[in-house]
Amino acid sequence: MSSTKFILGLFDDPDDMMHGIEKLQKNSVPIYDVYSPMPIHGIEAKLGVKESRLGYAAFCFGLLGGSVIFSIVYYTLVHDWPMNIGGKPTFPMPVFVPFTFEWTILWTAFGMTLTFFAATHLFPGRAPRVMDLRATDDRFVIAIDAKGNVPHDDITNLLKEAGAVEIKHNTRKYVSYDE
Amino acid sequence: MGTHTSIDERYEFSGRVKTWSLIAIVLGVVGVAYGFLIGGDSVQRTFSNLLLASYYFACVCTAAVFFLAYQYVAQAGWSAALLRVPQAMAKVLPIAAVIFIVVALAGLFTTHEVVNEEGHKEVMPYLYGHWAAHGLTDPSSEHYDPIIAGKSSFLNIPFFAGVIVVLLGLYSLFGYLLVKFSQNEDQLGGMFNYDKSFKYSAIFLVIFGFTFPVFAFDAIMSLEAHWFSTMFGWYNLAAAHVSGLAVITLLVIYLRKKGYMQWISENHLHDLGKLMFAFSIFWTYVWFGQFFLIWYANMPEETVYFYKRWEPEYKWWFWLNIVLNFVAPLLLLMSRDAKRLTARLQFTAWVLIIGHWLDYYLMIMPGTIHHEAGHEVHIWDQFGLQELLIFVGFAGILIFLTLNSLSKFTSLVPKKHPFLDESLHHHQ
Repeated sequence: MSSTKFILGLFDDPDDMMHGIEKLQKNSVPIYDVYSPMPIHGIEAKLGVKESRLGYAAFCFGLLGGSVIFSIVYYTLVHDWPMNIGGKPTFPMPVFVPFTFEWTILWTAFGMTLTFFAATHLFPGRAPRVMDLRATDDRFVIAIDAKGNVPHDDITNLLKEAGAVEIKHNTRKYVSYDE
Repeated sequence: MGTHTSIDERYEFSGRVKTWSLIAIVLGVVGVAYGFLIGGDSVQRTFSNLLLASYYFACVCTAAVFFLAYQYVAQAGWSAALLRVPQAMAKVLPIAAVIFIVVALAGLFTTHEVVNEEGHKEVMPYLYGHWAAHGLTDPSSEHYDPIIAGKSSFLNIPFFAGVIVVLLGLYSLFGYLLVKFSQNEDQLGGMFNYDKSFKYSAIFLVIFGFTFPVFAFDAIMSLEAHWFSTMFGWYNLAAAHVSGLAVITLLVIYLRKKGYMQWISENHLHDLGKLMFAFSIFWTYVWFGQFFLIWYANMPEETVYFYKRWEPEYKWWFWLNIVLNFVAPLLLLMSRDAKRLTARLQFTAWVLIIGHWLDYYLMIMPGTIHHEAGHEVHIWDQFGLQELLIFVGFAGILIFLTLNSLSKFTSLVPKKHPFLDESLHHHQ
């Protein structure tokens, strides 16, 4: 049995890659993932990627941020040490709008950044894990899980026919920048 | 109704929409005539409604020029296939501008006698009487008002007339140029006209950004000339932009339903929905910014504006304004799928059009219409035949003129727009 873990088809044109995806799907070759240096509209539909749950995460982060600051200010300004500021009521609702709004956005932004780091295994001091370095530059990459998949030569031929400029049989899943 | 899929197709303006928009215009004329003929307080109310509707109309058409300009400056691809709709509205702007100027000047030069807050009789113009009444800036006059006198280098009739004529003229001119370049592009192709559109759009945006607040200060804020707010210009810009987007969206949906513009898909509507949603939030942001600072600082010369709008006869409308223009679009358009549903988008656009009518209503009416103290205000005193008929009449003018100018274009898309192909395949 070969030691190939992943087969990568590298394209230099997104349209060729889209064509390659169609060809593989027509031949019932499951696609592990696709990497592109830029967003390609409509690719999720083509790959059948499930709708992202990122929106729910964003909502939770926002709700958390809003609740945290609302509680802090409520405790300090209304409960613990009520002050008379300009003759306003001790629980002045309009005052609570700006910072609740800002913290909702701030925590959503921070939370989403952390979620992005977690999802892509990107942390400070850690080499990013990518399947092919040029997928971040000028190559559009289709990755196919080689284990338990149809004969590797057939896949190679399909990718070649679709116009792949390079085909790699990788024995490791990821390459890192520092290796 | 057949489908028209060719991009060379012209729009044909006929049938029911033509009949109904003409009927609406007649109803509007009847409303104005009725309002003026029954006399008394009704004349003031008719003037206020005419100002509201003509300002609304001019702002919607200006927002269409604004839309065109930022699409060009952003080099946006998605919108190329629907640009004819705002272009048609931009062609209507000169007429809207003339109507607004006529209404404003007519209100300024026709006077009536009112009883002022001190109980004295005073001769005042129907509109802008707060600063344009006779003798306000003359120290020897019994009506001398030092606050108005201090502002008289801005609030005087020649400057006022100059501002509204020059600014609306400039906006109309840029609208005319952008339409002309696009039509030349249809003939010639190439990048020459697109580059010119880009350049003139950039110039327009700078002029528009700095001058629109001045226009709003003069046209609306000066109705209550003691009061001032630097947020008022942006607040009006946001309102104009949202209502302009709502009108563009409704026209695009209408044309699609009639079988035109079949290349416009839910992807384009999604983008229009995003803009409506985003700028409704922006409207709320400036609305609240204005309210919050005035509420917090609590200075009498500023709070007078909100004090008036918290009188029992306006308080409910004050809150309804927030519901229609913030809560409704927030809840109706937040999710991605909602923006792709034509019926939902259409409904929200109508809510926003009514909402911003109410928004303008709350800017204009409390400062111009005086309900007698101790006199109960009924809902039909606030929303009656004049309000309904004048709104319907101006909606008729907008629909008739826009669709008429749309039918003058030789094709329903800018055929040689460099981003047309991107727009026809727009996907998200």
